[in-house]
Amino acid sequence: MNIVVPIKQIPNLTDELEINGDGTGLDHDALQYVLNEFDEHAIEEAVLAKEAAGGTVTVIGVDTTGELDGALHTALAKGADKAARITGDFPRGTDSHTQAKLLANAIRSLSPDLVLTGVQAADDRDGQIGPMIAAHLGLPYVGVVTGVAVKDGKAIVHKEYAGGLMGEFEVSLPMVVGVQAAHQPPRYAPVSKVRQIAKTAKIDEIAGDEAAGAGSTVRRMFKPEAAGHAEMWEGGPEEVAEKIAALIKEKGLLKG
Amino acid sequence: MAVGLDKVRPDKVTEEKHLVVEGMDISGHWNRMFEQRVIWDYDVDNLEKVTNLPGGESLGWCYGCAKCTAVCPIDIVGDYSPRKIHRKTQIGVDLFTSSDLWLCTTCMNCLRVCPKEVNMIQIMPAVREQAVLTGAVPPELQKAFEDTAKHGNPLGQPQRKRADWAKAAGVPVPIMKDLKRAVDILWYVGSYPAYHPRGMDAARAAARIFNALGIDFGILGIEEKDDGDSQRLAGEKGLFEMLAEQNIAAFGKYEFNRMVVTGPHEFNAFKNEYPKYGADFKVAHYTRFLVEHLDKLRPMLKKPINLKVTFHDPCYLGRHNGEYEAPRELLRAIPGIELVEMGRCRENGYCCGGGGGGMWLDSFTKEHTTMRLSERRVREAAEYGAEVLAVCCPFEVSRFEDAAKSTGNDKLIVRDILELLDESMKE
Ligand code: SF4
Ligand code: SF4
Repeated sequence: MNIVVPIKQIPNLTDELEINGDGTGLDHDALQYVLNEFDEHAIEEAVLAKEAAGGTVTVIGVDTTGELDGALHTALAKGADKAARITGDFPRGTDSHTQAKLLANAIRSLSPDLVLTGVQAADDRDGQIGPMIAAHLGLPYVGVVTGVAVKDGKAIVHKEYAGGLMGEFEVSLPMVVGVQAAHQPPRYAPVSKVRQIAKTAKIDEIAGDEAAGAGSTVRRMFKPEAAGHAEMWEGGPEEVAEKIAALIKEKGLLKG
Repeated sequence: MAVGLDKVRPDKVTEEKHLVVEGMDISGHWNRMFEQRVIWDYDVDNLEKVTNLPGGESLGWCYGCAKCTAVCPIDIVGDYSPRKIHRKTQIGVDLFTSSDLWLCTTCMNCLRVCPKEVNMIQIMPAVREQAVLTGAVPPELQKAFEDTAKHGNPLGQPQRKRADWAKAAGVPVPIMKDLKRAVDILWYVGSYPAYHPRGMDAARAAARIFNALGIDFGILGIEEKDDGDSQRLAGEKGLFEMLAEQNIAAFGKYEFNRMVVTGPHEFNAFKNEYPKYGADFKVAHYTRFLVEHLDKLRPMLKKPINLKVTFHDPCYLGRHNGEYEAPRELLRAIPGIELVEMGRCRENGYCCGGGGGGMWLDSFTKEHTTMRLSERRVREAAEYGAEVLAVCCPFEVSRFEDAAKSTGNDKLIVRDILELLDESMKE
């Protein structure tokens, strides 16, 4: 079974996010990029599927940062077999329509049985890459998936609905899946192993064609504007407790 | 037995009355010292798995004298020592999958006494690295690795908050990026002082002391990452190397005369390990640095602390790096303090259990020992009548405070020396 996992790098959300000068997006150059968390789950689910049913896992991404190799090496350390990088003039924050087009073109030549990708990414939150890859390739798509099992040319996929309802689909392969969560937490790739692999791994290069153009444009990006204000109290527990008690009294919240 | 040597048969031996061989008188009765004894009837596969690894060789040198067993801190709360590990390989225990692999804190007390230089500080990381590569790691340790890789600190706190502690220091704590000039002292704060509530207390105390002394210093703030040394000793060498490269790059961006560190583990990393990766700067632990300023500091220590204080030698300051005096000099400079030594101190100091990854193996170690090392240690402090247990390693304050509570020694006050100095400087 030929499993392909398209991945993408996004700004590290644990860093302070900066808005660019135009106020239309993030200041990408000031940010550190990390692998999209949902893609980490897609990699895990792919490796689990391979471990269960055999096959190879190929991880592929558009190199928008010049640092995609790190993510690819990590995926290899987690159990992926092959890695590919789509190159070209695609800057940080390249829109999802362009990435989906580039990925679809590259994936077509890999003749996949199963394409697993993160259901969405925290940068644009549009969840479009998976469905668009499926559309470009003319394959079925199921998103918000929390488990994939492959048997006899078919995939049984679990999908989560609101309110705790679960759906089970049987889909003929090939297909594209948008992974919400792997059925096991993504494994840790020891940095020792990643570094070993980085020394020897071969990453295939695929030249990307031109950008497809974004499906939407951001008119204004801004940090939340505070409506009220909050006061932060510093000090030990007793000190703070006294302040709280005094405030409750002051606001007349105590009866009698 | 050496190949080709015939076994001596005592019944065939004739005793000479008087015998001198090469000028040495070896007269005396025949005894077993002259016979081959059967000592190689073991399967050596498990031992060779260890000794074949670079760094693992010295386990094979053990000749079973048990000097190490007498001083290993784990043996006091369990069944452990290099000798026992060596012996167990002979009776079928595979160290790679044994719980023994994760108990050693790399405290170095065994190496101090071992006549054969069996070196757990090299053996443990070497074998652990193999376990790490296959993922056979206790989950809590794995989590610390993962948090360090992701966030730059083993506590899993956001990198962008690394300098937040400074806001409540009450004194300026300049950040190199904003300072835009050379400083005399680059202060490497460390993960626990930056994020742990009790570590922050020590960091803030240090900031106030540095300010009072008029030290020209700066910190790296969010450009600082964990030193990674304990992760290295716990087997994640790659993670250590990654952090070393990132930290060395961050240090290289700024000009400073010397680095001062809050913690002994960081001191060990920067002094002994980072130079292997190209680092080239002078580093001092804060205790030695402050002793250099003692003439100026002493007159500021006005408020007496009238308590009986004992000091816990951190393994990575004492045994690993030979510093025993500086912390004691600082304590003696504080008026009112009566310094008492515990039985296990200085070269034979007892380990708090936090080194070599022990900091992130609390539940695991608890399962395989009768008592935490930190619990054994606070009991010892209490036995010696100490009212204060003074420390100078950021791992220790929280470990000992928890241990004081869990052993019913709630009255024992645990303080970093920085906090005691800061307290004594108050009007
Ligand atoms: S002190 Fe050294 S030689 Fe003696 S038993 Fe321990 S490890 Fe072996
Ligand atoms: S380094 Fe310390 S904990 Fe480890 S075996 Fe030696 S004495 Fe015991």
